[in-house]
Amino acid sequence: MKVSLEVNGRAVSAEVEERTLLVDLLRKNLRLTGTHVGCDTSQCGACVVHVDGLAVKSCTILAAQSEGTKVTTIEGLAPGGELHAVQSAFRANHGLQCGFCTPGMIMTAVELLKRNPNPTEDEIRDGLEGNICRCTGYHNIVKAVAAAAQSLRTTG
Amino acid sequence: MYPFEYQKPADVKSAVQAVSGSGENKYIAGGMTLLPTLKLRLARPDRLVDLAGIADLVGIRVERDHVSVGAMTRHADVASSAELRSAIPALAALAGGIGDPLVRNRGTMGGSVANNDPAADYPAAVLALGATIVTDRREIAADAFFTGMFSTALEAGELITRIRFPIPKRAAYVKFPNPASRYAMVGVFVAETTGGIRVAVTGAGACVYRIAAFEAALAKRFAPESLDGLSVPSDGLNQDLHGSAEYRASLVPVIAKRAVAAALAG
Repeated sequence: MKVSLEVNGRAVSAEVEERTLLVDLLRKNLRLTGTHVGCDTSQCGACVVHVDGLAVKSCTILAAQSEGTKVTTIEGLAPGGELHAVQSAFRANHGLQCGFCTPGMIMTAVELLKRNPNPTEDEIRDGLEGNICRCTGYHNIVKAVAAAAQSLRTTG
Repeated sequence: MYPFEYQKPADVKSAVQAVSGSGENKYIAGGMTLLPTLKLRLARPDRLVDLAGIADLVGIRVERDHVSVGAMTRHADVASSAELRSAIPALAALAGGIGDPLVRNRGTMGGSVANNDPAADYPAAVLALGATIVTDRREIAADAFFTGMFSTALEAGELITRIRFPIPKRAAYVKFPNPASRYAMVGVFVAETTGGIRVAVTGAGACVYRIAAFEAALAKRFAPESLDGLSVPSDGLNQDLHGSAEYRASLVPVIAKRAVAAALAG
């Protein structure tokens, strides 16, 4: 079947099987490999992208279900080459160790800060409940999200 | 996943027709349970009928004495609806505690209730609040809806369109989540409704159920102490690597008392 959608502001269409997952469309057809597949069982959140502005696990959505939607991946966060505030905060606060979970963590954090621009530490931890870091580097990830919240509040 | 056909109808009638055709066909709502099930090849539908294109199935309406939630309304929308929160705060809070934020952005009330997972949260609310499940062909009372593990009174091809919750005098839901999966080891929804006190337990058994002895004790006096000395038998309760049946049985009155205290605290 053919699916057409908008990915990072660009209209795309691809010929896929009905059972193709959105993450496979992104990684294999569109070569957007910034979105990772960690567990493939909806647990880890490495594959989080935004579909129509909502952070979702792209390993648990069919490409067919994303027909007509607007998808943003980690590659779409810094279109001009300048890092998004959340990306900068992860770098400045060493919010990653191996980096595998980072794209999903960042995409979840971006949506979290849109909904709640001034989260408490508990709210950040609850907000990241669907993202697993197997380096267990949560401390600096939480610190990075708090720093990003502050920088987004001051710069708008 | 095994291969399947995919259809996305725009109205309820076409959806019911598409699922009722030949072969083994399934509705897909948010897909938060169905897609993992398909990946594990635990199901082999010939056709998936996606309900996401049916606008009638989405939305929350708060009326004088009840709240009506469209089957395709996502958990995140139930949790964040100010109107729903002011009418039935316990239901909004329950929705905000399902899974994780990414699951709440996709998962739907109708999908959860139709699936009737033994550890799902929504069935406890539906049963304790004495909700009515509205389908494409009839209305089903909550007491007659949940029939067993992953099974409901829905007929083949029958589609939930809305769920109507009477507004209770007060209610609360407390769950003891598994520390890893966050699924309810035991979750108790307590409600003081116009029809009396209702206590529904999820996570503990094969299917959500009410506890008549707790309801009777709370009807005399709605306070946590009313449950002092009451216990539930462990026979038939879930037993898995997360906990024994006896452990779950011991949790039920503890969580029920916390739910009563939460309902009293408003």
